[in-house]
Amino acid sequence: MFPVREAQTLAPDVVRLVVEAPRVARYQHPGQFVIVRVREGGERIPLTIAGADAEAGTITLIIQAVGLTTRLLCALQPGQAILDVTGPLGAPSEVGYEGRVAVVAGGVGSAIAYPRAAALARAGNELVTILGARTADLLTLEDELASVSASLRVVTDDGSRGRRGLVTDVLADDVEAAAAGIAPLDLVLTAGPVPMMGAVADVTRPHGIPTVASLNPLMVDGTGMCGGCRVQVAGATAFACVDGPEFDAHQVDFALLHRRNQAYRDQERAAAEAAQAAAEAAQAEAEADDGCAATQPQPRPTLREAR
Amino acid sequence: MSSTSPSGRTRKERMALPRVEPREHDATERAASFCEVDLGLDWEGAQLEADRCLQCVRPRCIEGCPVGIRIDEFLGKVAEGDIDGAAQIIFDDSSLPAVCGRVCPQESQCEATCVLAKKDKPIAIGQLERYVADAARAHAPPAQRVTPDPDGGSAAIVGSGPAGLACAADLAQAGHDVTVYEALHDLGGVLAYGIPQFRLPRDVLRAEINRLAELGVRFETNAPIGQAEGVDDLLAEHDAVFLGVGAGVPRFLNVPGEDLVGVSSANEFLTRVNLMEAHRPDADTPLPQVAGRRVLVFGGGNTAIDAVRTALRLGAAEATICYRRSEEQMPARVEEIRHAREEGAQFALLTNPVELLDDGTGALAGARLQRMELVEPDDGGRARPKPIPGSEHEVPADLAVVAVGNEPNPLLRRAAPDLERTSRGTIAVDEETGATSKPRVYAGGDIVTGGATVILAMGAGRRAAASMDREIRAAKSGAA
Repeated sequence: MFPVREAQTLAPDVVRLVVEAPRVARYQHPGQFVIVRVREGGERIPLTIAGADAEAGTITLIIQAVGLTTRLLCALQPGQAILDVTGPLGAPSEVGYEGRVAVVAGGVGSAIAYPRAAALARAGNELVTILGARTADLLTLEDELASVSASLRVVTDDGSRGRRGLVTDVLADDVEAAAAGIAPLDLVLTAGPVPMMGAVADVTRPHGIPTVASLNPLMVDGTGMCGGCRVQVAGATAFACVDGPEFDAHQVDFALLHRRNQAYRDQERAAAEAAQAAAEAAQAEAEADDGCAATQPQPRPTLREAR
Repeated sequence: MSSTSPSGRTRKERMALPRVEPREHDATERAASFCEVDLGLDWEGAQLEADRCLQCVRPRCIEGCPVGIRIDEFLGKVAEGDIDGAAQIIFDDSSLPAVCGRVCPQESQCEATCVLAKKDKPIAIGQLERYVADAARAHAPPAQRVTPDPDGGSAAIVGSGPAGLACAADLAQAGHDVTVYEALHDLGGVLAYGIPQFRLPRDVLRAEINRLAELGVRFETNAPIGQAEGVDDLLAEHDAVFLGVGAGVPRFLNVPGEDLVGVSSANEFLTRVNLMEAHRPDADTPLPQVAGRRVLVFGGGNTAIDAVRTALRLGAAEATICYRRSEEQMPARVEEIRHAREEGAQFALLTNPVELLDDGTGALAGARLQRMELVEPDDGGRARPKPIPGSEHEVPADLAVVAVGNEPNPLLRRAAPDLERTSRGTIAVDEETGATSKPRVYAGGDIVTGGATVILAMGAGRRAAASMDREIRAAKSGAA
């Protein structure tokens, strides 16, 4: 069991958990993730490690409630615990000096981008960050990102905060400025909804600006065994859990990733809606006989009976 | 060689007895259930079958067993009615007899070398091993914790699959302090995520692992070595390390369309059902809808057969094995192929996929297949399949499961970048000792051999355990 130390609501349906996971805290690097399982019978889902304190033995997870498991996670309170936390998983980010770096994050993609952004800032890079969300309430980790960035531009779909529009509108301006020799752009780092990351790649590709996307495919084991997280990168199959989760965004087939991520959309919606019914069914199932009595070993007769 | 057995039957009478076949769950009933298919022998059957053993002076069956179980001796005990004695003999050489009795390919091992195999009715050694393990477990007290040996040391086992468990068991028996590190949340490796419950019920696996814990083996789940600590970190805390991390990442077909929604590796499909129990109403893990759907399984090994039988249990309207060679070349066990056929699996033999078809929304609609013919054997000795020109045809399908093997996991490079590897990417070891190129590090199982069997992995784990035991003791006495 992995006890929850802190739970804080950052935005509607967005929660920050500090969880005791000493092994992960000790060995993690920016860019890596954990797989969590909330309860018996629970699914395994990947979550980016948003921060870690090796001394305290804790990690920070930022979770947006979208499906059944994320809702259960968002409901956790200090004193409760997560059943399983496995990690760190995935390849660590390459963090070096690049120069001027645009961090482009949408929604809770900021939680994915933040650890690497902070590491890039520590490595001396100048961060020009673009943070987007559908509406002002959903902007996540704005202060944290601002603290490591030279500049932070906020964009919302509805204009309720910052500029109205899309993160790519702002990025397009930066790219233009770079092309005009006004301000260089040496690297773009993007995390967020798949269509957004695809759009970011489309903006930077014509200018050959190195762009890294942190992908979020469905996973089961997270150690390379199942192949469920496979993505097409440069025309070849890669496994996001061991080869990624970060890839050259110009080479990623985002349309395929988007489609594959929706494979269980119907089931997930039904699962979230039927959570209550499922809990009752689980109770009944646990109490009922499993019907496999015939496979139980035959009791051994006493020697007297046998002879 | 005694001429009469404890039953009083003469050798001639015993040779005339038919082989006792196990009871099986009815094929139509079981096709909708995850309950175990093979129901094993009953007491009378077990004793009768054991009595058929001729107690050869030089038992050939033992030569066929990768872990060298003293088969003639345990059969003798069963014939005498001494199940505990039989169990003791088996446990000397195997830590997972209830598992092996179920999943070993006995027909090509101990039963193939049994002298009665010539008459086409070898002793049902696998069934008897299973019977003894199940019966002994049903009433046995907890295993005795092994007293730590003051001259022993500490060993780390990476991976809780068959190789790691066998290695851990032997080292613990020898008095060493043993810790098993498992990346997943549950123990057993491929025995838990790969082999379906209708072949290996979960409670049987758990009971055998519990017995190891009773011996004193420590288990750490959620511990992905190579991602967290590496092998060097383990070497700082332990005297020796065994790597039994399994076959690795699934291979795909390399045909267009294999990333469509509805196409998964057998590892993924089976993990969702076996490990995550996604088919149960109380499980949170999603599963593609299988009921009423048409399922194609590509491959001819036991994993492919497990996938097709699982699909049938989930209510598939049609479940078909597509294999590019013919049935004789299928690597799957004969018994598993028979079970699959009884349960309604179809076989499209000598067919190979050339493309998986998109329904227009990014989901699977079917497959374009081509027919194959067999030509002269390749290096492996198996007939080589060759496409028949103009034989391409399309079949509809809603789900496809790819079961064409695995490749070494790239995680291993991170766990121990300095380990010598073969050209296939597997770990290079000394076959006798399991020693790798790195001092104090041993390896065995699929990560060394590529995809093989449970019992071969266990044999490798045991050989490595013997070398580790020697090395640890030598180092301790040298240091003293």
